[in-house]
Amino acid sequence: MDHAHRPGGWTVAAAWMVAIYLVLPISIVIPVSLTDQRFLSLPQEALSLRHYATVLGSEAWLGSIWQSFLIAVAATVIAVVAGTLCAIGCWRLSRRSTELVRAMMLLPIIIPSIVYAVGLYRYFAKIDLLDRFLGVAIAHGVTGIPYVVITVSTALAAFDPRLEQAARGMGASLSQTLRWVILPRIAPGIVSGAIFAFIHSWDELVIVLFIASRDVFTLPRRIWDGINENLDPAMAAVAVLLVVFTLGLLLLDLALRKRRDA
Amino acid sequence: MRRQDAGWWLLILPAFLLMTAFYIAPIAQVLAISFTEPSPGLGNYERLFTSESVQRVIVTTLRICTITTALALLLGYVLAYRIALANEAARRWWILAVLVPLWISVLVRAFAWVTLLRRQGLVNNALMETGLITEPLQLVWNEFGIIVGMVHYMVPYAVLPLLASMREIDPRLLAAARGLGAPRFTIFRRIFLPLSLPGLIAAGVLVFIFSLGFYITPAILGGGKTLMVAEWIGLQILDLIRWGLGTMMATVLVVAILATLAVFSRVVDLKRVFGTGA
Repeated sequence: MDHAHRPGGWTVAAAWMVAIYLVLPISIVIPVSLTDQRFLSLPQEALSLRHYATVLGSEAWLGSIWQSFLIAVAATVIAVVAGTLCAIGCWRLSRRSTELVRAMMLLPIIIPSIVYAVGLYRYFAKIDLLDRFLGVAIAHGVTGIPYVVITVSTALAAFDPRLEQAARGMGASLSQTLRWVILPRIAPGIVSGAIFAFIHSWDELVIVLFIASRDVFTLPRRIWDGINENLDPAMAAVAVLLVVFTLGLLLLDLALRKRRDA
Repeated sequence: MRRQDAGWWLLILPAFLLMTAFYIAPIAQVLAISFTEPSPGLGNYERLFTSESVQRVIVTTLRICTITTALALLLGYVLAYRIALANEAARRWWILAVLVPLWISVLVRAFAWVTLLRRQGLVNNALMETGLITEPLQLVWNEFGIIVGMVHYMVPYAVLPLLASMREIDPRLLAAARGLGAPRFTIFRRIFLPLSLPGLIAAGVLVFIFSLGFYITPAILGGGKTLMVAEWIGLQILDLIRWGLGTMMATVLVVAILATLAVFSRVVDLKRVFGTGA
């Protein structure tokens, strides 16, 4: 006789409702983006790709997409290099002071970005980094560090520290140990962290609203203006492109994890 | 031994310097400005007790965050419960339903809700066509819209810590209770719920502190009429150029969040909240 505890019918129905609430509103942008009308609506007579054509034919949108991409790449490099090295150092030293360092690295997740954005607005004005590619890349890179620290620390938790000691014992230098023993073993964790840091920068809006205005006009910034000014179906097309892109990155992460676990 | 460690400390250095120069310093400056502008002293903080508009923003924020946390916990619990008891194959699909919204841009989600809920939106149109209502309902650009969007954003954050603590529950306990003839609800109330309580508290803390500083969703779905703390701060700095007031509220926000964390760090393991691996 099977005594396993299973959820009752009502619970299952309620769980389905919650799942639908989570997923359905996001998927609604797909039919809306294919509308043949000039305003936000479901397709009336036929499906149309004209709103995609509008977006992909617009220099402003393409420029923002390209700029966001470059910023996200630069920010990811900063976050991955700093975050990975820091996580390894904290893991190896593992004492009270490194616990504090690790807590400090998590601050960008805990403290609301509005607080950081306001501070940075004033701070960057003084050192002339407002509305600059470098300024936004640094801000996104620094706030991306926590994602890398978390994923790399998780990967390190599964790493046998005796391997490192053995390598050092046989005379490997620190950089040799890093390159040939530690980094290859935690590579999947680093890639996960890189993907999350990339998505973080790619989607980030609050900081950009404060420290960028004209020369740096990222994709989220353009979407924000679009939502506040004119709600046209081109926005839905952009939304779909963004969702597809994010889903692609997530699937990549899942596939990599599966390969690692296999 | 000490000299050997120097190399490892060097690894920490780049992140430490970056963080200090480009994260801690700007935030420290926010704290400093709140005490120095427009004039040195506690003048800005006095407004907490004297200004009605400051108090109104705080009350609105606390009310919305409390409602959001309660709803997100309820919905998240139902979902996590289902996932925890699902078999391996089904579990993967359910988790995907949680992870996908988690990583979709917050802007895209707010935009989707506007599409659905505005006056000529899909929900109002559908209701009008079926004849259930004759006038469009005011579903967005008010507190209702904000809460719908915020709960939608927060449910995945509630599910993850809940699920982590539910999966630690030994299924044999539940099977034993069932074998002894306990009805399903009794098993839930007497065994499952108490054992999942740490996850519930962790999820509540996480959702509440994330909600406190929320900017984009309330700004888009509130339509400028219902102001929460984050949007109010932005308004003070960008439009009204009242740095003192804006940074004062930012400081209050940070202190409120850190205080919440400090209080609950005695009750729950914070590593459970932020999932720091080791």
